[in-house]
Amino acid sequence: MMQIEQPTKIALDVKNLYKSFGDKAVHRGVSFQLLEGEILGLFGGSGTGKSVILRSIIGLEHPDQGEIIFDHTNIVGLSESRLIRIRTQIGYVFQNGALFDSLTVEENLAYPLREHTALSDREIQKKVNRMLELIDMKGSNHLFPNELSGGMQKRAGLARAMILEPKVILFDEPTAGLDPVNTKRLLDNIKNLKKTGITGIFVTHDIPSAFEIADRIAILYQGKIQVIDTTENIKKSKDPLVQSFIQGASH
Amino acid sequence: MFKLTQKGLSLNPVTPLHVFAREIGSRLLSFLRFVGGFSLLCLQIGREIFERPFYPRLIVQQIMTIGVQSILLVSVTALATGSVMALQFGYGLSKFGGKLYVPKIVAMAILREMGPVFTSLLVAGRIGSGIASEVGSMKVTQQIDAIRALGTSPIKRIVIPRLVAALIALPILTLIADYIGIFGAMLVCMKDLAINSEYFIAKSIEALEMKDILTGMAKTVVFAFFISVTACWKGLETEGGTQGVGNSTTWVVVTSSIFIMISDYFLTKFFIITIYPR
Repeated sequence: MMQIEQPTKIALDVKNLYKSFGDKAVHRGVSFQLLEGEILGLFGGSGTGKSVILRSIIGLEHPDQGEIIFDHTNIVGLSESRLIRIRTQIGYVFQNGALFDSLTVEENLAYPLREHTALSDREIQKKVNRMLELIDMKGSNHLFPNELSGGMQKRAGLARAMILEPKVILFDEPTAGLDPVNTKRLLDNIKNLKKTGITGIFVTHDIPSAFEIADRIAILYQGKIQVIDTTENIKKSKDPLVQSFIQGASH
Repeated sequence: MFKLTQKGLSLNPVTPLHVFAREIGSRLLSFLRFVGGFSLLCLQIGREIFERPFYPRLIVQQIMTIGVQSILLVSVTALATGSVMALQFGYGLSKFGGKLYVPKIVAMAILREMGPVFTSLLVAGRIGSGIASEVGSMKVTQQIDAIRALGTSPIKRIVIPRLVAALIALPILTLIADYIGIFGAMLVCMKDLAINSEYFIAKSIEALEMKDILTGMAKTVVFAFFISVTACWKGLETEGGTQGVGNSTTWVVVTSSIFIMISDYFLTKFFIITIYPR
């Protein structure tokens, strides 16, 4: 019997995004689709606007033009109050963790749960502990962010972004500035989460990490997504642009 | 003077007048930016202050920081101010045989002017700078972005608790400063001017009316609003890392202090026209 392949659902559809900062045009028609259940690695040189794409998706930046369709809604131009619902379904892992430094690790992780769920203190505590276990930070509940190493801060930031079980996770250079041991640990954490079927965009300069995590790779160059393909095809690609990124990483 | 451009040395001379005009223009733009930003923030506060969720715990925390932790500073300053005023007026007026007017004059000056203005200036220094540096640091370390990315509002979690706390704390601090200032004046009158406490209290009460206390406190409500909203706005606008945080802090203290001094004149004039007896 012939098997009919199920069409993959689109989790996020970015259409023709334009964004300028003053005279500098950062995006000149960025378009791509994020499929459900995949992690899309997003490469690009410094200052090419990779993080701006993520910030636009979560509504922290307002594109000049274009559409970002999530859950049948165009995020571009939504008011802050309407963005709240979107932001509970899209997690954002900041480059430096962006933990609230006046709150403990436990309070940081509990923050989204207290704001957006009606869970009891006991249930919140249980969920926080489970998440801390998942990121190898069991027992760090009462530490403040300044008592954590850089790697731990990033992992705690990852846990906070994940705790509401969002549909899409945006990783903004999560391995930047980490030593190899911490990078591996963070990647292992993400791989564990990947087993649960998360969908996400992984912005990075760290090509080997992206190859390890991503299902597909997109390359942002001169304000547009120039290449988007599976990780395997990207590795084999003879495209000079792709090669320049891959070889740049190997040097 | 000549201008160095990408094309080389331009023949257009840059005169001191150009420099002056550019400086004035840039300051005017900064001022307009502040007025626009401040107004927008006020609008956002107005829109969100009565909407759920509310954060009473954050307001209480801020009252502790803004109010309770300022009591010592405000008390010491008020005690010193009241004492010095009594001393100066005492020696000054004794030349004209007017020493007995000291209680009335000092009490009125403290309640109407010195209490509210000094307390607000102290709060602008201590709290305005504190808010600007805290919020500015949160901005440059992406914590403000994180508040938004986690589906919450920085206006509700950061601005409104600080504003409400300042609106509650500053009038109360002023009241404390008023009483301590008058107490300081009374001590000096008893010790140095041979005016006994009964006479001092009787004359102060005779001179003062409830409206003196209330107008003084009303001024501090205006000051509290300005200090807290300005500090939050500047904090939220901070850019440029730790140096940016430092610049924001200084700017808030200077701007708030200037606002307090200038608006105090107009508020006093307003109260003279509308409330104080002519």
